[in-house]
Amino acid sequence: MKLYLKIWRQPNADTRGSMVDYTLDGVESDMSFLEMLDILNEELISKGEEPVEFDHDCREGICGTCSLMINGQPHGPDSRITVCQLHMRSFNDGDEIVIEPWRAAAFPVIKDLIVDRSAFDRIQQAGGYISVNTSGRPVDANAIPIQKEKADKSFNAATCIGCGACVAACKNASAMLFTSAKVSQFALLPQGRVEAAERVQNMVRQMDLEGFGNCTNTGACEVECPKGISLENIARMNREYLFSSVKG
Amino acid sequence: MTKLLLMSGLIKSSIARKVIMALSGLFLVIFLVLHVSINLASVLSPDFFNEASHFMGYNPIVQFVMQPVLIAGVVIHFIMGFVLEIKNRKARGISYVKYKGRANASWASRNMIISGLVVLAFLGLHFYDFWVHEMAYKYVQAKPEDPSRYFEETVQKFAPFWRTVIYVISFGLLSLHLWHGFASSFQSMGVNNRFTEGGKKFAKTFAIVVPLTFAFIAIYHHLNPVTH
Amino acid sequence: MKKIVSETEVKSPVKTKTPKIKELVSNVPSGPLKDKWTKHKDEIDLVNPANKRNIDVIVIGTGLAGGSSAATLAELGYNVKTFCYQDSPRRAHSIAAQGGVNAAKNYQGDGDSVYRLFYDTIKGGDYRSREGNVYRLAEVSTNIIDQCVAQGVPFAREYGGLLDNRSFGGVLVSRTFYAKGQTGQQLLLGAYAAMNRQIQRGKIRSYTRHEMLDLVLVDGKARGIIARNLVTGEIERHSAHAVVLGTGGYGNLFFLSTYCMGANVTAAWKAHKRGAFFANPCYTQIHPTCIPVSGDHQSKLTLMSESLRNDGRIWVPGKKEDAIAIREGRLKPTEIPEEDRDYYLERRYPAFGNLVPRDVASRAAKERCDAGYGVNKTGEAVYLDFDAAIMRYGREKALTSGMKDADDLTIRKLGEKVVEAKYGNLFQMYEKIVDQNPYKTPMMIYPAVHYTMGGLWVDYNLMTSIPGCYAAGEANFSDHGANRLGASALMQGLADGYFVLPYTIGDYLSDDIRTGPISTESKEFDDAEKGVRERIQKLMSGRGIHSVDYYHKKLGKIMWNKCGMARNENGLLEAMKEISELRQDFWENVKIPGNADGKNQELEKAGRVADFLELGELFAMDALHRNESCGGHFREEYQTPEGEALRDDENFKYVAAWEHKGKPSDSKLHKEDLIYENIELKTRSYK
Repeated sequence: MKLYLKIWRQPNADTRGSMVDYTLDGVESDMSFLEMLDILNEELISKGEEPVEFDHDCREGICGTCSLMINGQPHGPDSRITVCQLHMRSFNDGDEIVIEPWRAAAFPVIKDLIVDRSAFDRIQQAGGYISVNTSGRPVDANAIPIQKEKADKSFNAATCIGCGACVAACKNASAMLFTSAKVSQFALLPQGRVEAAERVQNMVRQMDLEGFGNCTNTGACEVECPKGISLENIARMNREYLFSSVKG
Repeated sequence: MTKLLLMSGLIKSSIARKVIMALSGLFLVIFLVLHVSINLASVLSPDFFNEASHFMGYNPIVQFVMQPVLIAGVVIHFIMGFVLEIKNRKARGISYVKYKGRANASWASRNMIISGLVVLAFLGLHFYDFWVHEMAYKYVQAKPEDPSRYFEETVQKFAPFWRTVIYVISFGLLSLHLWHGFASSFQSMGVNNRFTEGGKKFAKTFAIVVPLTFAFIAIYHHLNPVTH
Repeated sequence: MKKIVSETEVKSPVKTKTPKIKELVSNVPSGPLKDKWTKHKDEIDLVNPANKRNIDVIVIGTGLAGGSSAATLAELGYNVKTFCYQDSPRRAHSIAAQGGVNAAKNYQGDGDSVYRLFYDTIKGGDYRSREGNVYRLAEVSTNIIDQCVAQGVPFAREYGGLLDNRSFGGVLVSRTFYAKGQTGQQLLLGAYAAMNRQIQRGKIRSYTRHEMLDLVLVDGKARGIIARNLVTGEIERHSAHAVVLGTGGYGNLFFLSTYCMGANVTAAWKAHKRGAFFANPCYTQIHPTCIPVSGDHQSKLTLMSESLRNDGRIWVPGKKEDAIAIREGRLKPTEIPEEDRDYYLERRYPAFGNLVPRDVASRAAKERCDAGYGVNKTGEAVYLDFDAAIMRYGREKALTSGMKDADDLTIRKLGEKVVEAKYGNLFQMYEKIVDQNPYKTPMMIYPAVHYTMGGLWVDYNLMTSIPGCYAAGEANFSDHGANRLGASALMQGLADGYFVLPYTIGDYLSDDIRTGPISTESKEFDDAEKGVRERIQKLMSGRGIHSVDYYHKKLGKIMWNKCGMARNENGLLEAMKEISELRQDFWENVKIPGNADGKNQELEKAGRVADFLELGELFAMDALHRNESCGGHFREEYQTPEGEALRDDENFKYVAAWEHKGKPSDSKLHKEDLIYENIELKTRSYK
């Protein structure tokens, strides 16, 4: 198939970028979206032009590195997948495809389609852990039975791959779904309850400091999340935050 | 002291702002219930409507306690909504060339600022129509109390076609505003339990029924003018 | 107190520029197997907490091994700097491990024990690993689970609230702990969380989007690195008292593999060129259950977890004409009657059936496809069928739900639900990629490069042959012999990082308590930085004919065809020659657009491929010298009449550790004899 691509090009963080048009022929429906970009890049290199830089690594939907806004949707039109799992069979011959980086003040562009998501790291550094020593001698793993339902819920929250699609999709560039998934993962487990109050306070504070927008409950994040992280986590975080604030 | 500091942090935090929006919104929802009930009386029983209106207009608690609280509620909801809107726009930075919002969220949820502003503009007209009129009647012109005037005055307001149309359109946007706002207030306040689903259904029903009733009343009065 | 040979040399007043290479002394403590690790921990030197504050450690790579060791080292008090090429430590490819992590907890009461895990691992590795190391691995495996649960890793649980287990290939017990199909991510997030805690405390400084481009040796000891900031292109110097490499494996040598796109051998290879021996490079794991290649455009292969083999049955058509009809699209797999299917693993290995170890399963698939029974358009695929499992689970569910006379359709529906609960995400992933519904038609799978057992040679302390340079996890060669069992990679990465390296490193660092900060303003750093700059310059000044991927794909083809699942002398000789020529071509004609002082992904790739082009040749040479078949290394000349691997313990019961001598083909072989005091060497049988 033949495609008309409009891609955001930006040489580096300090230079303004713009959309550039490319026409790409010979795309097969079995290709993944990133393989389609590989082909475009091979063409650009052979013409002596600089290839389009985009973040990607595992190419199997788990590392959370790939991050493209495709035709106005994070990770493209299909649901519950990352860009690397998106295949060209989702497009038709002659389609125009607009490819942009995640847009958020907290995710500045590094080059072309690559953004800096270190804000997510800092949110987790602010409290996304349980303070146990790795070199300590913890109790036996089966000493504390955990209700399967809770363990499963915690797991579901923990499946977040930190790709940032929630921020990209949200009209407010809010990071509430991400932060709440991290808060919930620990808040649901007895091991995590010990520091729950402090954790939610610190992580929310860091989230606000990074300049993410405010949640207005549109639900776009949940729809676009490749791992289907539930909005329930945001409610949980709000609750945890309010209780911990009132308790002081 | 620690507690105070925490509380001040609370007000500044994104979640606290959400909660303030939710609480002020819920307060306005309660006011709507009262308002629509009395309005409905204007269709069912003009006499009762007159009585209730007179009570609301001259009871000192209503006038000097509840009315300012209500105005404060509107102002807080509006200012906070506006502050959040500005902050949220800033959080995006550069906007997308192509952004397919409808793919993942409802129009109502994405455009609370629009529905909110329309409702606010409508409130201006509504205040001009009724509140300013009342204030002038009571305090400027200092006319004597007349417990029987309200029904007629109200119906007359809806005589012009344009006003009725504006009211009905505004109720439509109020409905959209409530459709998202009411149900999502539970989420903002962290309520998520086995009653939440039911609560959300109730909120959605409310968002349709209440504005529809308002609109019905406006149209009813437009179609049934007072004849002497 | 045991001392390595070279330390005396290093301490000698005569300073020389060439690094001192220590001899192949494994440093495995003496005494009974069960007491070795405890005894060793009791005897090695430690650094007291106050002194740890004066010691810096660099950790390269932030996967399970790197991340967990960085966190633990920082927690013990060392000043740690971590480096990863990804944008966040959390994205290291450990994240992609699906199936699980082994531990000899014996929660299922099925007779598991530390000894059994040790024995299974040695046997699974085809008797090519060190007893002492493997026993230690089995011993600390239980701590891993305790540790991870304490950290909040959400492992799968049973309804009673206790941890659940499943079974993996090559073993007869259920000892695998898992978190649905993403155990790797959950464990990595645990290690990453532990790192975050230390970053917050200021004990770890995390450098992301940084790539190590050289190891700096001062007086023969690893004292720092040269790294490139991948965003700004700046070349940076970082010094430390020791350098830990947790940089993973080198399977991307094959271009197509289940590795992430950025996985590379560069850090390990630089260490190798500075004097670290590279051990058993030819031991590669080809994983049997990957999604088959669909075309030339393909950039990467996707693994389907080995856990699928718990319930899936592997087969090909029993009649060649059926296989041909399927390839031509005239026949559907579901139309082939039961009696015309060849469940070849169950046929050949009745005891282990579909759960034979990976090397055995992969070779059996290749054997069938080579014989003309393969499916898919390419003829390079076999079926993994869940129909029997769906019906079996469905019947069970029907009975437990009180439906005694459920019809087939109902049973199937119930069964599909059970299978979805177990493998839903994997099935969904398969459907997204292949566009076929695996609940309705069997999955197609084919082997793909997945893990490398070879790596930097390390002693019992995980120190390479460069003093002060350590290697942990997949980057070292130590624990899996010639073949790794499923769910053992996560175990080894975390065992090395949480429980072994942070202690054994103290033995070395105890000599550094008075050293003080290492200066980066030395001739050694100057030289290393100059070398890095020159190399980048050289890459950028290629004549510009072919892209980096062009060379990488060519290298991959040579490796897959001649050094893949089956190898022979002629092929390996050809491979060595072809790789050497390709390397020369690369340096003359590679085309890298843009410039070196900023983000440049082509330059990053080029540096990595350049190293693969050297390693590939050493790989082939290692495979060529090993005149036997063992584990993942299968030489066609050495097989039994039934086509099973034929080991030669008399001549090859050793670790082949290669010393760099300029050109890969000039590398010098050092042998570490493997001593088996507790296990009798047997022919591996899964029949």
